[in-house]
Amino acid sequence: MAEAFKFELVSPERLLVSEQVESVVIPGAEGEMTVMAEHAPVMTTIKPGVVTVKAAGGKEDRYVVFGGFADILPSGCTLLAESAVHVNDIDRADLARRIQDAKEDAADAKDDVARSRAEQFLAQLTTLEGALLPA
Amino acid sequence: MASLKDLRNRIASVKATQKITKAMQMVAAAKLRRAQEAAEAARPYSERMGAVLANITQAIGGGGDAPALMTGTGRDDVHLLIVCTAERGLCGGFNSQIARLARDHIRRLLADGKQVKIICVGKKGYDILRRDYGSLILERVDLREVKTLGFVNADAIARKVIHLFNEGGFDICTLFYSQFKSVISQIPTAQQIIPAAQASATADAGSGGAVYEYEPEPGEILSDLIPRNIAVQIFRALLENAAGEMGAKMSAMDNATRNAGDMINRLSITYNRQRQAQITKELIEIISGAEAL
Repeated sequence: MAEAFKFELVSPERLLVSEQVESVVIPGAEGEMTVMAEHAPVMTTIKPGVVTVKAAGGKEDRYVVFGGFADILPSGCTLLAESAVHVNDIDRADLARRIQDAKEDAADAKDDVARSRAEQFLAQLTTLEGALLPA
Repeated sequence: MASLKDLRNRIASVKATQKITKAMQMVAAAKLRRAQEAAEAARPYSERMGAVLANITQAIGGGGDAPALMTGTGRDDVHLLIVCTAERGLCGGFNSQIARLARDHIRRLLADGKQVKIICVGKKGYDILRRDYGSLILERVDLREVKTLGFVNADAIARKVIHLFNEGGFDICTLFYSQFKSVISQIPTAQQIIPAAQASATADAGSGGAVYEYEPEPGEILSDLIPRNIAVQIFRALLENAAGEMGAKMSAMDNATRNAGDMINRLSITYNRQRQAQITKELIEIISGAEAL
């Protein structure tokens, strides 16, 4: 059995998770990464996606996060999410609204950099929707 | 002298008022608990955010690639004040305290020949500041319809502010709100959010100066982080305000209830005295009538 470490998932509204876990899969901005105990210190932004938390007891939990960043230390991992919900509580309408917002942002973007950014965000959201809908 | 009937009516009306203030006090107490919980629940996020920010600033070491939101424009000609107050009154000096702090600040800035712009969050602050500085108010954000404050509300304000900054609308942004210390004490506070006060950058990171790997580059993370930090600061201010408003309202309504009680006591004494005087008068009339026979 792998060593456990402390994982915290925090959204501006509240602290969602704070427990000992075995591993966490984080949707990093430059690809997914699995964090385990004694991970080298990394700071990364995250894209909209699913965080999979494997608790020390072996129980798996999944959370949907919409952007944010992760602060990884050998002793623990803190995920600051812009907004986060448990996968079971995800609201389709809410997701649809976010996608709509992202589309508007992409349409309103003034310069190329902003537009490509907005489009990237939109693509991430749609992928996320695709991954969640059949669930 | 008021008649007995007048006094009775008066007592009845004060009693009705007392019932209302009592009910408002209890509602405020219940809301206060919720607001306090919300403020506490939000605290971990802003703390971690502060730590991460301090960390990353250290990593960059105040290099040239720090975004303008953090270093500022290098001028201080145009000031933007975000004044957060409550949407409702009847909470003692809560709103006027914040407004007074803001007004002093505005007066000082104007005396120095700076340009001032104001964004009002909450109706009461707008009502107070409109009288003197109506022309300086850019916008007012209305949160009356909002049942529970969400991060989205703060994010919307932050977006406006950042947008304005990117257009060169102002150089320095200060946030006015009331810090929730306890139920009976709220401290009006002015906090500079753009450029980020240097104090937060030098704060201890608490991670023992670990060497981080950054993904993507620190500069890129920072440019993502700073706008979010502004939203977090505003969110925290809003939550503290909400808790403070309820605390202030609770003690104001508690006072009002007590005053109403005192008033009822005084009125009852007058009422009883008068009633007694009238009875005595009637008795004297009867007795003297009987003696005359």
